[in-house]
Amino acid sequence: MTSYLAALVGGAIIGLASSILLLFKGRVFGISGILGGIINPARGDVLWRFAIIAGLTSGGVLVLLFYPEAFAGKNASNLRLIIAGLLVGFGTQLGGGCTSGHGVCGISRLSIRSIVASIIFIGSGILTVLVLSQGGV
Amino acid sequence: MHFVAAYASALLFGVGLGISGMTDPSKIIGFLNVFGDWQAELILVMVGAIAFHGISYQLIVKRQTPLFSTSFLIPKKKQVDERLIIGSALFGIGWGTGGYCPGPAIVSLVTRKDSILFFVAAMLAGIALFHYIFKPIFLKD
Repeated sequence: MTSYLAALVGGAIIGLASSILLLFKGRVFGISGILGGIINPARGDVLWRFAIIAGLTSGGVLVLLFYPEAFAGKNASNLRLIIAGLLVGFGTQLGGGCTSGHGVCGISRLSIRSIVASIIFIGSGILTVLVLSQGGV
Repeated sequence: MHFVAAYASALLFGVGLGISGMTDPSKIIGFLNVFGDWQAELILVMVGAIAFHGISYQLIVKRQTPLFSTSFLIPKKKQVDERLIIGSALFGIGWGTGGYCPGPAIVSLVTRKDSILFFVAAMLAGIALFHYIFKPIFLKD
């Protein structure tokens, strides 16, 4: 499978998974929002979120067993990843979503907010990579 | 039953992220490196996901209720505000800095690499910082 086909097929599986959650549970597959509801829980709206985390990591186990190359990419330094994690955590809560909630689910229902959010986070990601590469880091 | 559906959908989601290339931070950086050695392939992840879910979404919400729950809970807000803009910009900076967004980071926990553990711990700290410190002080809604 070429990486282009893999990207397309993987994307379609992500779309299917989002559809299953919507059809059975009526919820949007937004991972930053699901995490937000674990860190800041509301009564009676928590357990399904842990089921999602368990499912994602189970998926990770399958990928590790059958397609370990998916995790072969080189990571940035720990310090850089800590800064990145703080920004991703805080930014997704302030902006109300990430690549899954805004980028996939929101754009799929043609939400203006999600389209704007996606353009902004992809744009600021592009600028960040540009700046960091110019600075040689 | 809806826990089973949530678990199964997330398992599939995780497999999709792995197959698609989203769990590889060097591919993410390559995708965002538009002005350098651009690797465009990850755009097809969004194309595949939105092509599928864009159609299925329309079919699913024709139903009165979800199968295992009493109502659909779908964000209805329309207004683009500064929260959305600033939050998304900060998220993008973090995404370009580390090469991980939340889903692939959770899926990658199974590798038990120190670096991903640090990222996820910092991400959860960033989420807590928003809900327990920033929001009570600066956002009244």
